[in-house]
Amino acid sequence: MTLGEILTLAFSAVLVENIILSRFLGTCPFLGVSSKQESAVGMGLAVIFVITLSSVISWTLFEFILAPFAMGYMATIVFILVIASLVQIIEMFLKKVVPSLYKSMGIYLPLITTNCGVLGMAKIVATPEYNLLTSFVMSFASSVGFLLVIYIFSSLREKIDNGPVPLPFKGVPIALIMAGLMAMIFAKFVGVI
Amino acid sequence: MTKRENFLKGFWKENQILVSLLGLCAPLAITTTVENALGMSAILMFVLILSNVIISAIRKIVPNQIRIPIFIVVIATLVTLAEMIMAAFLPSLSKSLGMWISLVVVNCIILGRAEAFASKNNILDSLIDAIGMVLGYALVLILISIIREILGTGGITVWGDLKFNLNDLFNRSEDNKFPFFSHFFVTPAGAYIILGLLIGFANIINRKKVVTK
Repeated sequence: MTLGEILTLAFSAVLVENIILSRFLGTCPFLGVSSKQESAVGMGLAVIFVITLSSVISWTLFEFILAPFAMGYMATIVFILVIASLVQIIEMFLKKVVPSLYKSMGIYLPLITTNCGVLGMAKIVATPEYNLLTSFVMSFASSVGFLLVIYIFSSLREKIDNGPVPLPFKGVPIALIMAGLMAMIFAKFVGVI
Repeated sequence: MTKRENFLKGFWKENQILVSLLGLCAPLAITTTVENALGMSAILMFVLILSNVIISAIRKIVPNQIRIPIFIVVIATLVTLAEMIMAAFLPSLSKSLGMWISLVVVNCIILGRAEAFASKNNILDSLIDAIGMVLGYALVLILISIIREILGTGGITVWGDLKFNLNDLFNRSEDNKFPFFSHFFVTPAGAYIILGLLIGFANIINRKKVVTK
């Protein structure tokens, strides 16, 4: 696989096939923790960490255990257990080894288990079409796309919370409409790549 | 809370999408066609009703510290069952829903009901709660998909033969079609905007009720 192909895969995962705006994965944290910039970045970093690790592990498990023994139907159960225990291990590891990092993204880690982006990404890469390198690039680039969008979105939300929004639309409804406008913009990156 | 209130709360007062804002991924992703929304509703119904009943039945023997992993395993097993049944009997629907069937595992409403209701109440109440909640959720899913499919394509097609199209209905010719149907509503951007508007309108209605009380 050439460098060009890998770059195309990475850029389309970040921009065109954006994990939030085009695949709708991880909408809950996207709306839940995007009201402040600081927490959005913390969540985004935690998501990059977990998605990349869990997707590569899921791909490995699929390729070397599930597929050879024809147990593809067990994928959902195996992946969710991998993700739940991985998040637990990362949490304990960070608490012991890097307490400062734990302080900034520790509270987001338990939330990530039920982030559908993590299981969704594991499901996307755990197919024979991906290899170790492309599954890594795909999951890493997608989660970078998550960080990018949640960061832009949180900056917008900080502004719009002070704007003259009709009362029933304050909060989540206007945020969803704004996400729709962002999705329109990101869909237009199709022409770039 | 009476059984009737327990059943009805899922439709409006605690509607998981419009009021509690839980599980918003599925209503955005799979509501491009009414057919998908119906399929998703059926899967959710199967999983939520069984998971609520099972979790309520085992609630006294599950140690409190590890209840969440146990709930997730129960839910994942049910979802895998649903996945296999779907692939066997409705292969085309199972293909168009794709990975969203397995993502029911992490749909907030399933774990949310398990944690908030089934782990604290008896089996009958949990069953009633599950049926009410999932019907409320399904109605919103179907409503969104009807809006999106009509605005996006000008008509509705369910299972190939049950269909209507507004352009045909009013005898509009190919170059004289209604101008307001746009592919935009089938795209992700349309999904976000329609869901945002629906939640906003639900808030307006809820506010009026509060005022008249």
